[in-house]
Order: sequence, then C-alpha cells, then structure tokens
Amino acid sequence: MSSRNNLPLLAFATTAVLGIAVVLALLVAPEDVDQGVSQRIFYFHVPIALTAYLCFGLGAWKALRLLWVGGERRDFESYTWIHQGTIFGALTLITGSIWAKASWGVWWSWGSNQLVLFLVLFLFYCAYFMLRFSVDEGARRERICAVYALFGVALIPVSFFAIRLASDFIHPTVFTREGPQMTGTMFGSFLVCWVGITLLAYVMYRIELVGKRTDANLRELREALS
Amino acid sequence: MSQGQYVALAYGVVLVFVLLWVAIIAAKLSRLERETGELAALARERSVDG
Repeated sequence: MSSRNNLPLLAFATTAVLGIAVVLALLVAPEDVDQGVSQRIFYFHVPIALTAYLCFGLGAWKALRLLWVGGERRDFESYTWIHQGTIFGALTLITGSIWAKASWGVWWSWGSNQLVLFLVLFLFYCAYFMLRFSVDEGARRERICAVYALFGVALIPVSFFAIRLASDFIHPTVFTREGPQMTGTMFGSFLVCWVGITLLAYVMYRIELVGKRTDANLRELREALS
Repeated sequence: MSQGQYVALAYGVVLVFVLLWVAIIAAKLSRLERETGELAALARERSVDG
C-alpha cells in the first residue's frame, strides 16, 4: 500500500491505540501514592507536551530543508507541523493548568521555570502565524517563515531541560538519570498514551497537509481557468 | 471540585479540542467541495463554448 493511501488505516489504528490508552490511563494503571487520582492527568499531559516539542522540531527541520534545498511543499510541511505544535502546545498548557489546580491548588505558577518557558515557546510559535499572514505569499514569505521557525527551535531544549537546570521544586521530574520514577504498569501505560498521541498528531498533520495542498491546487486551477 | 472531576475535565478538554479540529476540517472540506464544483462548472462551460 502506498504512503498516500494509508491515511484511513492510520486513522483507524490511531483511534484504536487512543482507546486502549484511555483505558490503561484511567482504569489499569495503579493510583499514585502521593498525588492520588489527579496523577492520571500525567498519562495524557506529558505525551501531549512531548508531541508539541516534536511538532515544533519537525517544523524547524522542514524549514531547514526549505532553506537548504528549496521547494514550496516544504513550506507547507513546516507550516503544518508548526500548526500541530501550537494545537498540542495549547493542550499542554490547559491540561497542565488543570493538573496544577488539582495538585498544587493554583491554575498557574509564575515561579515555575518550565511552565513559563513553555508559555514563551508557545507564544513564539503563535507569533509565527501573525508573521506568515502579514507577508505576501511567495518565495520571500517562505524564507522569512523558515528562518523564524528555525529560531524557535532553540527554545525547545531550553524549555525541555529548564526543570533540571533551574532546580524547580514545584514541577515534578518523573524521568531522571536513574530512569522513570514509576512502576512498570504506569510506564507501560505512559508509553501507549505517548504512541497514541504521536499517531494522532501525525494523522492530523497528514489530513491538514492534504487540505492545504488541495487548496493551493484549486487556487492555481482557478487562475488558469479565469 | 474533586480530584476525579479535575481528571475528567483534563481528558474532556482533549476530546473537545479533537472534536473542534474535526469540525474545522469538515468545514474546510465543504468549502473545497463547493470550490471544486464551481471550477468543474466553469470548465464545462468552457468546453461547451469552445
């Protein structure tokens, strides 16, 4: 089966994996001794955050390829990955905020470096869309957006490692040098959730990309016919 | 709110986001279908005129 035709199959597989992931996260994984039931937010919050980083990273990679090799399709790909990144970034902030309220009693903590740096990363990529829609379509816009997307990628490791670098005592660190600080069932559930969320991001990316390409093809066709 | 309600809220938000995205894509698909129809009609007119 060609990669162009496997999208429906991939979408069904994603639905199945996400269904299993929800069951594992809510019913199978044991309850955390310290945080109780609110820890179950972790199974979706952390994979969503990791997926947001991945999407921004892939957006930057496509931007680099655009500057290196060129090609309009890479601009679409970079734009679509960054769009996915902002969707998953918004979800990270919202689910994180709900978890914070359940665990710490506050919706947000400006004292937590990881939260603030993730917000900076998210707002940086939100500004990408303002930039994109303020420049006329064409090769110039493609290059400007690619350079902007590449600058943003520098914020990803800063945001990711902030908690370890800044001795943040509020935001929990689950993955340390000694490995994941959880039981095998918890870690297995987390991995299934991570696979499910990553697949969801990829399916959404593919569907959006088809839409954007079709849109561009229709515009060309309209110009040719008019 | 109880801890369980916060968990339900978090998972509910994810579900709402995905459903919202599906609705936006469905709207876009309808627009693409309409535009394709318009272009097909235009091409048919051209072929009849030509």
